[in-house]
Amino acid sequence: MDPMRLLYHVGRYWLMLSQVFRKPEKASIFWNRVFFEINAIGIGSLGVVAIISIFMGAVITIQAAFGFESPWIPLYAVGVAARDSIVLEFAPTIVSLILAGKVGSSIASEIGNMRVSEQIDALDVMGVNSASFLILPKIVASVFIFPFMVVISMFLGHLGGFVLGVAAGVVTPYEFVYGIQYDFRPYNVFYALTKSLFFGFIIPSVSAYHGYYTKGGSLEVGQASTRAVVYSIIVLLLFNFILTQMLLG
Amino acid sequence: MIEVRNLNKSFGEKQVLKDFSFVFEKGKANLIIGESGTGKSVLIKCMVGLIIPESGEVLYDGEDFIHMSWDKQKDIRKKIGMLFQGAALFDSMTVEENVMFALSMFTEMPLSEKRDRVQLCLERVNLPNVLKLFPAELSGGMKKRVAIARAIALKPKYLFCDEPNSGLDPKTSILIDELIKEITVEYDMTTVVITHDMNSVLEIGDKIAYLHKGVKLWEGTKQEILRTPQKELSEFVYATKFLQQFRDRLEKE
Repeated sequence: MDPMRLLYHVGRYWLMLSQVFRKPEKASIFWNRVFFEINAIGIGSLGVVAIISIFMGAVITIQAAFGFESPWIPLYAVGVAARDSIVLEFAPTIVSLILAGKVGSSIASEIGNMRVSEQIDALDVMGVNSASFLILPKIVASVFIFPFMVVISMFLGHLGGFVLGVAAGVVTPYEFVYGIQYDFRPYNVFYALTKSLFFGFIIPSVSAYHGYYTKGGSLEVGQASTRAVVYSIIVLLLFNFILTQMLLG
Repeated sequence: MIEVRNLNKSFGEKQVLKDFSFVFEKGKANLIIGESGTGKSVLIKCMVGLIIPESGEVLYDGEDFIHMSWDKQKDIRKKIGMLFQGAALFDSMTVEENVMFALSMFTEMPLSEKRDRVQLCLERVNLPNVLKLFPAELSGGMKKRVAIARAIALKPKYLFCDEPNSGLDPKTSILIDELIKEITVEYDMTTVVITHDMNSVLEIGDKIAYLHKGVKLWEGTKQEILRTPQKELSEFVYATKFLQQFRDRLEKE
């Protein structure tokens, strides 16, 4: 991408955020919208997060068992490896990447459609700060709900690893449970939850940016939706690296 | 009253509005007419603050709207109702929620009072039984009428209509025109209508400005427009065969 173009988008993104973070017009309406978004972003994504978490947990367990097939490595190492993979990377990052696809495209197409059908103009003409009205509840809801989703994903990942790993015969229940408790560092959970807060901010704000500045018609709304997912993922991976370096490096 | 003074707006090299000035009078339907692509929509968007012009002033009862802070603009915006070309109803809300939106946002009315006001507005546009429907379930004409109900919910002082008849059949167009004319008088509003529909011009045009390639070439009343010697306007007014025959009859008389 042209560096000047990148600079233009970064600048416009910050300008949008300066509009977004203004006092909501009416607190009661704002909180209603936050609860609506918590339901849409969080509860609406729970199914896909659950399915992916269970199976990823199982796959990580089986892969760890396959890699550790050595008499020198104790079997509980499978539990240790599964736990660290799930807590450090899988639950916060992979789940966020999946949510970037699901939630990000939905946010960009919703706001983009409002833009091209003049609904955002209608809000502005009325005297409503459209950026704050539409985007702030999504960001607040997302930052609030992402850590819970990550915790749920951690739990289900371990559960999937345990149930399916035992069912597949690659680990015993005792060794797996011992492994996930062995040398447990609560700081890793803190690291994962900190990442989830950042990702909870990045996904709705980057996606909303692409929707909010959509021009044209339905074709452009589709393109904005695709761009929202791509750029959310890129920014998310960049911050994943920066945060990992800052918190674990 | 809204007064526009020396408004200029360009997009890149292309100047869309050139030194546009006009006084939009209170209690009247003020029409901006012109061919497609002459800058009518840009003008209305500059007037409501959706586009920032390069220079010029838009005065709402003497207050310069363009150079105000957002907070001050908000006070004026609350007095503006706008009917968009595609109605611009909020898809995710029912008709009732759409009309109630500004009431919920800007007033402390109790719910029962808001419901009464919504009902009244919808009855005013002859749509009393669509409260629970979503915009997708309405026809084009119904959407426009709901948009008018939403626009008048807060009893605005200024009403902007961007091509209110576009995409409507002739009968529904007349209904919408009549509605705009009636509520203009009823609420004593300054109404600004953008159109290229000559039926609307002759039906509701109390005061008319003709925009051609971003320049105001003519202003007058609907009586004057039929006898205008202005070449471009005459070509615009008498574009249809029916109106050409009407002009021939006028000339014979």
